[in-house]
Amino acid sequence: MAAVSFRDVRKSYTPELQVIHGVSMDIKDGEFIVILGPSGCGKSTLLRMVAGLETITSGEIAIGDRVVNNLEPKDRDIAMVFQNYALYPHMTVYDNMAYGLRIRGLSKDDISVRVKKAADILELDKYLERRPRELSGGQRQRVAMGRAIVREPQVFLFDEPLSNLDAKLRVQMRAELQALHRRLGTTSLFVTHDQVEAMTLAQRMIVINAGRAEQIGAPLEIYANPATVFVASFIGSPPMNLVPRDGRLLGIRPEHLEPCAASDAMLTIDVDLIEPLGADILVYGHVGDRDSARVAARLPADALAQAGKLALRYDPANVHWFDPKSGLRST
Amino acid sequence: MVENRPWLTFFSHTVLILGVIAVAFPLYVTFVASTLTLEQIMQVPMRLLPGDQLIENYSQVLTGGSTKGSKAAVSHMLVNSLVMALVIPLGKMSISVISAFAFVYFRFRLRMFFFWMIFITLMLPVEVRIIPTFKVIADLGMLNTYAGLTVPLIASATATFLFRQFFMSIPDELAEAARVDGASPMRFFWDVVLPLSKTIMAALFVIQFIYGWNQYLWPLLVTTDESMYTTVIGIKRMMVGSDSANEWNLIMATAILAMLPPALVVMFMQKWFVKGLVETEK
Amino acid sequence: MEKRVVFRSAWLPYFLVAPQIAITVVFFFWPAVQAVWFSFQLQDAFGLKSQFVGMQNFAHLFNDRNYLTSFKTTALFSGLVAFFGIAISLLLATMADRVLRGAMAYKTLLIWPYAVAPAIAGVLWAFLFAPSIGIVTYVLKGWGVDWNWIINGDQAMLLVVIASVWKEISYNFLFFLAGLQSIPKSLIEAAAIDGAGPARRFWTIVFPLLSPTTFFLLVVNIVYAFFDTFGVIDATTQGGPGQATNILVYKVYHDGVKAADLGGSSAQSVILMFIVIALTVVQFRFIERKVEY
Repeated sequence: MAAVSFRDVRKSYTPELQVIHGVSMDIKDGEFIVILGPSGCGKSTLLRMVAGLETITSGEIAIGDRVVNNLEPKDRDIAMVFQNYALYPHMTVYDNMAYGLRIRGLSKDDISVRVKKAADILELDKYLERRPRELSGGQRQRVAMGRAIVREPQVFLFDEPLSNLDAKLRVQMRAELQALHRRLGTTSLFVTHDQVEAMTLAQRMIVINAGRAEQIGAPLEIYANPATVFVASFIGSPPMNLVPRDGRLLGIRPEHLEPCAASDAMLTIDVDLIEPLGADILVYGHVGDRDSARVAARLPADALAQAGKLALRYDPANVHWFDPKSGLRST
Repeated sequence: MVENRPWLTFFSHTVLILGVIAVAFPLYVTFVASTLTLEQIMQVPMRLLPGDQLIENYSQVLTGGSTKGSKAAVSHMLVNSLVMALVIPLGKMSISVISAFAFVYFRFRLRMFFFWMIFITLMLPVEVRIIPTFKVIADLGMLNTYAGLTVPLIASATATFLFRQFFMSIPDELAEAARVDGASPMRFFWDVVLPLSKTIMAALFVIQFIYGWNQYLWPLLVTTDESMYTTVIGIKRMMVGSDSANEWNLIMATAILAMLPPALVVMFMQKWFVKGLVETEK
Repeated sequence: MEKRVVFRSAWLPYFLVAPQIAITVVFFFWPAVQAVWFSFQLQDAFGLKSQFVGMQNFAHLFNDRNYLTSFKTTALFSGLVAFFGIAISLLLATMADRVLRGAMAYKTLLIWPYAVAPAIAGVLWAFLFAPSIGIVTYVLKGWGVDWNWIINGDQAMLLVVIASVWKEISYNFLFFLAGLQSIPKSLIEAAAIDGAGPARRFWTIVFPLLSPTTFFLLVVNIVYAFFDTFGVIDATTQGGPGQATNILVYKVYHDGVKAADLGGSSAQSVILMFIVIALTVVQFRFIERKVEY
C-alpha cells in the first residue's frame, strides 16, 4: 500500500488541445478517493495517467516514494478495473485472475492460493472454470475485481466499474466495494460520473471540470461548502439554486428553503412544476422572467404547494455567495 | 413464405433439382468414366452406370500415371498438391497475422507506406506478371522446388486486411488490461490475440487450402520436372490430344482424386468455408 | 479507425512486417517493375541482346489484329460468364430462399463446384462435349446439332463459358443466398399486403435491395473471367480454334512462354495491370459506397 501524489499534472494531445490543466493532490496511504466529474471532463484520462496507459505531458505522479512518469504499467504496482471489465473472453475465470500472476512468474501454488482467496472473498469459488460469457454482469464485474485483488497491488484503479450494471446491482456492488476496502485497506482511486456513488464511497473526492480540479475534500464538506459555481451546481439533486443578487450569485440548497407568508418572503417564485415524492415535495419555479434563474425547493410532504406565486424564506447561515465572473466562492 | 402457392413451391423445387443435376452431372459422369475400361468409354454412347474397373484404374494412376501421357505416379502428385495446399495457407496466415498485428498495435515510421505496399499487391496477380516472376524464380534457383511453388504465393493483401479488420474489433481495454497485467506485446499476441483469432483462421484456412490445392498457372510455370507436378498439372500432362486419343478412364480417375480433398473440405467444413468466403470479400 | 492503445518498440514492428514486405518486394514489385522495363525493350530471338525501343511494343500491339481480337474475345467471354453466372445463381438462390424444406441440403449440393480447380472443370466439360465420344455431343447429334468445338470457334467459346460458369455458380449462389436472407421478412410481407404478387415483389423489392450484392458479384465475376479462367482455357481449347478463345491472359502466357516474345508479352502484362487497377478501383469505390448504406 502506498500514498499517491500528483504534482501539477498536465496532459495535452497537441499544443492547442490540453485536457488536464495542472492537477495537484496528495492521497494518503489506504485512502479511498473518488474522481468525480461530467463525461469528457478528463477524469478517466487522469486515472489512466496513474495506470501508465496515457503519458504525462508535464508534472509528476508518484506512487509511494517513486515517481512513475516513465514506468510501464506493469512496473507501477497498480491494478485496474475497467468499465467494460476487459476480461479475456477465451480464458476461464481462474485463468483471467491468474494471468497477471503467471506473467510475474509466481509459482503455481502461490497463484492457486491467491486466486482461491480472492474467489472466496468475492464469492466466485463456484465459477472458476467458467468463461466470462457464461457469467452475469455482476459476476463479470467481480471477476474484474478479483483480477485486481490477486495482484495485491499498492493502488487499485477503478474506471467507472459500476456503470454497466443495473441500478439494483450497482447499489449492492457499492456496498461490497466498501466492505472490500475496509478489509484490504488498499489505496483506491475510483472514477465516476455518478454523484451518489461518489458521495457514498469516497473518503475524499476530487471534482473535475474541463480538466481542472474544482475542489478536493470529504464528500459532506464539499456538499456543505462548494468552492465553485460548478461544484455547487453539479453536486446535489436537485442541485443548489443560484440566483443573481446584487451583482453576485446567491446559492441556496433546495432543502434550505421553506414556505412562508408573502410578507416574510426572501425569495418569491412562479411555480412551474410540482413533484410529490411521498417523503417530501419538490417544487420547481423561476424568479422574475421565465428565462432568469430557476429555483427548486424541497418542502415537507404536508406543505401546501399550488400553481401561482410561492413565497419562500431561508436561514441566512445557509447561504453561499459566488462571484459570477470567476465562479469562485466569495465569502 | 408470405402466401401458400403450392405450384410455386413445386416450381422452386423443380428449378433447384435441375440445378443440382446440372452441377452434379459432370461429376457423376467423371466418376462413372473412372470405373470403366477405355474401350467402354469409346463406345458411343458411353454407359452411365459404374463399371468394374475402379480398382484397376485408380491403382494404375496412383502408381504409374497414364501410359500415353505423363507416367508420373499420381500418388506423388497428391503429395505435392498437399504440400501446396498446406504450406500456402499456413505461410500466408503466419506472415499476414504478424504484419496485421504490427499495423494495428504499433505506430512506426513508414507504417502507411508498408500498408500501401501490401495493398497494391491486390493489383498484381500472377497472371499479369507471368514472365518476369518466372525469371525471378529462375534467377533464385527456385524452379522445381517446393519453395518456388509456395513462397511467392503466400504474400496476401486480403489475409492481412482480414486480420487487421478483426484486430480493430478487439476492445482496446483488452490490450490495456494485458499491459497492466504485465504482458509484453508478443505475450499479448500469443496469449490473447491468437486464441481470439481461431475462428477467423479456421475460415481462412479452408479457403486458402482450396486456393493452394487448385493452383494451376503457377505450378505450370515453375515445374518442369515430373516429380514436382501437382495433381491438377498431372491431369493436363496426361491429356495428349483432345478427344479419342486420351486415356479418359485414367484421366477421370485422376480428376476424381484431384477434386476429392478440396470437395471434402468444402462439404465438411461448410460453416468455416462460408464464413471464410464472405469475410474475405468484405 | 485507429487503436487507442499501442505498444512501443523501436524494432519489433519492422521485424513483424519484414517477411510480408520481403515477399511482396521480391515476387510482386520487382517482377512488376521488370514487366514495365521489358515492355520498352526488344529482345533478339536468343534473349542475348536487347535494345530500348520506347513505346514500339505497345504500338505494335495496337496494330496487331490478333491482339485487338483478343480484346473483343475477352469482353465477349467475360460478359457471357458474368451474365450467365449471375443470372443462374440468382435464380437458384431465390428458389432456395423460397423453399422451407431442404434448403440446407440444396445449399450443400450446390456449393461444392467451388472446390474444383478451373483446369479440372475444363477437363470435365471437355470430356462431356468431346466431339467423337462425348455424352452431351451424342445427345446433341440426336437433336441434329453438329457439335465439334475443336474446329468450330463459337462452340469452343460456348464450351469454355459453360465450364467457367459451372464453376462460378456456387460462389455467386452463396453470396446471393446470404443477401436474400438479410432482407427483412417484414418488407416482403408489407409488399404482399400491398397486393404485390411473388414476381412483382421480386423485381420491385428484392432485386433492388440485392443490387449491392449483384454489383459486387459482377466485378468479382469479371475479374474471375479475366484471370482465373486461365486453367479452363489451357486445359481445353488453348485459345483455339484459331483465336476464338484466346483471351488476354492466355495470350500473355502464350506469347511470353510459348512464343518467347518477351517485349510483346510484357507490354501486354502492363496493359493487363492497368485493367486490374481499374477493376480494383471500381471494386473499392463500391465498398466505400456499401459502407454508407
